Amino acid sequence: MFPLSSTAEISAVMDHLLAVGLGFGFGFALERAGFGSARKLTAVFYFYDMAVVKVMFTAIVTAMAGLFVLSSLGALDLAELYVEPTNWSAAILGGLVFGTGFVIGGYCPGTCVAACATGRLDGFAFLGGMLAGVYLFAEAFPGVDRWVRESAVGEVTLPGITGLSMGWFVLLSIAILAAAAWGMGVAERHFARLRPPA
Amino acid sequence: MTNANTHPQPYWNPYAVGFLLGLVLLASYLVAGRGLGATGAFSSVAAWIASSISPEHAAANPVHARYLASGTPLTAWLIFLLGGAFAGAGLSGWLAGRFRIGIEKGPHLSGGQRLATAVSGGMIAGIGAKIAMGCTSGQALTGGAILNAGSLVFMGAVFAAGFAVAWIFKKEWL
Repeated sequence: MFPLSSTAEISAVMDHLLAVGLGFGFGFALERAGFGSARKLTAVFYFYDMAVVKVMFTAIVTAMAGLFVLSSLGALDLAELYVEPTNWSAAILGGLVFGTGFVIGGYCPGTCVAACATGRLDGFAFLGGMLAGVYLFAEAFPGVDRWVRESAVGEVTLPGITGLSMGWFVLLSIAILAAAAWGMGVAERHFARLRPPA
Repeated sequence: MTNANTHPQPYWNPYAVGFLLGLVLLASYLVAGRGLGATGAFSSVAAWIASSISPEHAAANPVHARYLASGTPLTAWLIFLLGGAFAGAGLSGWLAGRFRIGIEKGPHLSGGQRLATAVSGGMIAGIGAKIAMGCTSGQALTGGAILNAGSLVFMGAVFAAGFAVAWIFKKEWL
């Protein structure tokens, strides 16, 4: 039955309407979490407000559990879902560069849209910088792009590597989230003094 | 219009928002067969700009060419997704009295300095996302939910760099 993209005829117009609808929920959730604010986002790196990790981790576990349950019930074919090919070195290098940009710029590509939508000028500045960076990459580093794609090793997932069912990872993730929730509460109280004046 | 005089409402509980965001991500997988993303929209706009300046040059560039392959890049799925995100975030912020024309910055930075760090950080993040083939949306969230090993490594690297660099750039935010 799912994903509908593999089992139903979706017209181009419908496909784009779905994108707008999904994006609406995406943006609404980001703003509700406070992720239209660079101070709220970067607070995670100083431990006094761990909302970024709480939201991301909960979202990942929720979606993972949903995918697992629906595929166990036979309602979803996991093999039809797009999995980005893994490139270990590119993931590490790109992640380090991206994390640096996140701290300096205060946003990530999705959250800067939430900042723009709520009137934050630094959100527009980040958006412009992001566009310039992506443009610059295409013009200046086509060789890096070729290396990233040619040295990718295909679809690698934890259930695939370990042979363990996705269900075990759902349970493990819930356990880690529960422990992390406790730990983050302790960290937030310990580092509360770092919170800058509003 | 701006609700500027009303007191902004508190943000929602992060675990509740995370659950909501997880449902949106799940819905994306169920209807579209793929998760959320943001960086691809920027790549499509960059390819559109390049092809507006010189169609031959853009077509000859292997990175731009990928985003030009399926017709006009401005109708890319992810551009519509981010358009929807703009509307959703705008509505949420407006309803909560959080819409405000202003600059988010640490207490020790001037507005101009903050705009400069936002532009530079955006450029660095853009290059990083291109190397990693995705960002916090397309890699971390989307790949994390399906236990994509590369996405989990990416997430680890983002936070490793984030926590390290944050102490170098302490003056920017604290």
